Amino acid sequence: MKRITLALALATAQLTSLSAHAVEYNQVQADKSAVNFVYKQMGVAVDGKFKKFSSQLSFDPAKPAAGKATFDVELASVDTGAPEGDDEVAGKPWFNTKAFPTARFVSTGVKPLGGNRYEVAGQLSIKGKTQEVVVPATFTPQGNSAVFDGAFTIRRADFSIGEGAWAKFDIVANDVQIKFRITASGK
Amino acid sequence: MGFTATRDYTATAKLLHWLMAVLIFGLLALGFYMHDLPLSPDKLKLYSWHKWAGITAFALLLVRLAWRAGHRPPALPNSMPKLMQLAAHGGHLALYLLMIAIPISGWLMSSAKGFQTVYFGVLPIPDLLDKNKEIGDLLALVHKSLNLLFIAVLAGHIGAALKHHFIDRDDILTRMLPRHSKEN
Ligand code: HEM
Repeated sequence: MKRITLALALATAQLTSLSAHAVEYNQVQADKSAVNFVYKQMGVAVDGKFKKFSSQLSFDPAKPAAGKATFDVELASVDTGAPEGDDEVAGKPWFNTKAFPTARFVSTGVKPLGGNRYEVAGQLSIKGKTQEVVVPATFTPQGNSAVFDGAFTIRRADFSIGEGAWAKFDIVANDVQIKFRITASGK
Repeated sequence: MGFTATRDYTATAKLLHWLMAVLIFGLLALGFYMHDLPLSPDKLKLYSWHKWAGITAFALLLVRLAWRAGHRPPALPNSMPKLMQLAAHGGHLALYLLMIAIPISGWLMSSAKGFQTVYFGVLPIPDLLDKNKEIGDLLALVHKSLNLLFIAVLAGHIGAALKHHFIDRDDILTRMLPRHSKEN
């Protein structure tokens, strides 16, 4: 008897999330989410990640244009693979996390590209500078939660990331690819 | 007179020996120097140079081992006690083993730390290990410890060569010197 009730409850929950109204996904599941970056150091690809981030997403696959996403990354949570790299990148010439602790993305529009692929336009603010970016992403609902996957490339110089001795691109390239996978559940 | 003339090393052996000697002293100095530098673009550049030079030393070592497999080095003089001869062979074996283990530990460390080695920025050396912080730190310690051991063995090597020259007054040192070259 108990089993059946539980099964019914689960089925109802699933149905609700599939029904065609915008679902708020704002509970990021940290263990199933990641924000990584890849850059080139003297021509060699090196990757790193951010450990702390949060997100507010509201998305209805039936009405993608009405979708909204806000994304915050705690820059001091950077992991470059070396402790001295983490300290350096948190410092003034790079993120200057004391003055600018978070990077923020706020979407301005969502364009469906067919299938589960979308193009999310928005404004990315890092270190007091804001740039328009277009982020190709996929949206995969999974029961009560959804997975957003995407990657885009920024130029670090656009945000004054890496100033002074680091401003040249001979050692650390200008292009930085950001890759993310956000698994979030609705409230 | 206790002087025993032995055969000279061949020109190839001498060339490889001194090329590697210069490279290895450079690598040791660069390794300790770069490690202590604060992070900067120059530090990253020196790390790359160290890795390229280290791979070069390893490649030269492979040539040297291949050469050594087909050639016996000149015998040690009979004036040397058997125990000393044994110590000399053991010392040389230790040098070879360290010259193999040190670059390999550096290569594996780079992989584990997530910084692939790309020889002169063009030839990618495959990563045999996945990125893993604990293993990376451990291999850094291994690389450093092997280098400290290497310095101790090198000190013995150089000390022994000088002792042969100035105390025993045999031709052990001079037979490895370019000037001493006989037709071989
Ligand atoms: C015969 C060849 C080599 C010699 C004699 C040598 C020597 C050294 C020495 C003395 C250090 C300083 C150790 C310390 O203070 O921690 C060092 C560090 C280092 N070596 Fe090598 N090395 C050799 C080959 C290589 C190779 C082939 C690589 C990589 C492909 C490499 C990568 C490194 C790295 C990344 C460090 C820095 C470790 C750290 O800062 O924690 N080395 N090496």
